[in-house]
Amino acid sequence: MKPISEILQEIRPEYDFATSQDYINDGMLDSFDVMTLVAALEKNYSISIPGTAIAPENFRNAQAIQEMLNHCRAHP
Amino acid sequence: MKLTFQHKRISGILTVLPARELSFLEEMKNYNFPEARSLKLMEVMGYDKRRVVKEGDCLSDLAVFGLKHLFERGLLRPEEIDALLVVTHSPDYILPPTSNVIQGRLCLKQDTLCLDISQACAGFVVGLAQGFMLLEQESIRKVILINGDILSQRTSPKDRSIYPLIGDALTISILERDAQSPPIHAEIKMDGSRGDALMIPAGGIRLPCSPETAVLEDAGDNNLRAKDHLRMEGSAIFNFVQTEVPPLVESLLARAGTPVREVDYFLCHQSNRFMLQKLAEKMNIPQEKVPKNVVENFGNSSGATIPVAITFNLAAKLKNEHARICLIGYGGGLTWATMLMNIGKLAFCELITFL
Repeated sequence: MKPISEILQEIRPEYDFATSQDYINDGMLDSFDVMTLVAALEKNYSISIPGTAIAPENFRNAQAIQEMLNHCRAHP
Repeated sequence: MKLTFQHKRISGILTVLPARELSFLEEMKNYNFPEARSLKLMEVMGYDKRRVVKEGDCLSDLAVFGLKHLFERGLLRPEEIDALLVVTHSPDYILPPTSNVIQGRLCLKQDTLCLDISQACAGFVVGLAQGFMLLEQESIRKVILINGDILSQRTSPKDRSIYPLIGDALTISILERDAQSPPIHAEIKMDGSRGDALMIPAGGIRLPCSPETAVLEDAGDNNLRAKDHLRMEGSAIFNFVQTEVPPLVESLLARAGTPVREVDYFLCHQSNRFMLQKLAEKMNIPQEKVPKNVVENFGNSSGATIPVAITFNLAAKLKNEHARICLIGYGGGLTWATMLMNIGKLAFCELITFL
């Protein structure tokens, strides 16, 4: 399985995600990138991310994404 | 708003699609994004081909073409039309109403009730509800419901968030009374306080179109659009749909006493593939009961996408038998609406090309 950082890098290779704590407000991910990211995360981690979890606050940074994934695993 | 209709049915559906087909792969170069990013998006959203009118074609042109097609084949007689209901947010003019324009061009009788309704992606369900209400009148035996939009003319070719999604289409549905039809249940909700999440800012009286409103602007997301163009807050609309639609459908099915397994199809507004997948997951509906192939073949034509999905996916079946169908519309307004009804034994269910 690829780490979250590698998936992010594949979607927006022009950014260094390690430098930001807020990918959305820093303009590194737009709403279409988030959808692409969800599809990639679901495929990579073999989980389903519910539509109601696809909110900007869950994609603000790698930690928020990891917590959202943990929540999805705990509440399939 | 909870609604129930007795003894009504849809007796035929016709889809009219423009002949001009555009391809996402060919249009990618217009956008201010790396090709690889657009290709990933194509896969997730289902962008591929879409149909758009040629410059100058308007909604009434497609409607007149479609209605003449029905007249010429004996599927509808002009004198049978008691009400002409047009649901659109891209009318030919601000005045007269497009329904009157169509009535005039086809020389329909003066005893035709012509009504325009300005609704967007929930327009099929809203239009059906209004049409069924009109059929409560003894003098109205046949309602022609027209759903259509020509939005390709109001989207920016430099806006990747909207332009590759939009298609033009028009559908004609015939609504009638039918003593044998089971009850039809519907639920409709609206929230105008969130209306600016999906809007065309210029072109009305509030902000008339002008050289200033035609200037392309970058809203900060690398997409260029003018105030004359359709704009959508993607995240807000996505969250609105995922939050508001499932409980509305659940409420409708509970009121009708119909579990998910007894519904043959859930025909949702064809917003994009990703949205529909997530909606089906959220509502615990098997994905195969939710057709999702309209955007990739024809584009998103707002209130017309549900009947387009019917004519594209279910024509053979619905000409011969009935199916229990849950219609689900959501979008501009904001409006979200759902209806549970039997559809079938249609006199016609076809898709034609406007030349």
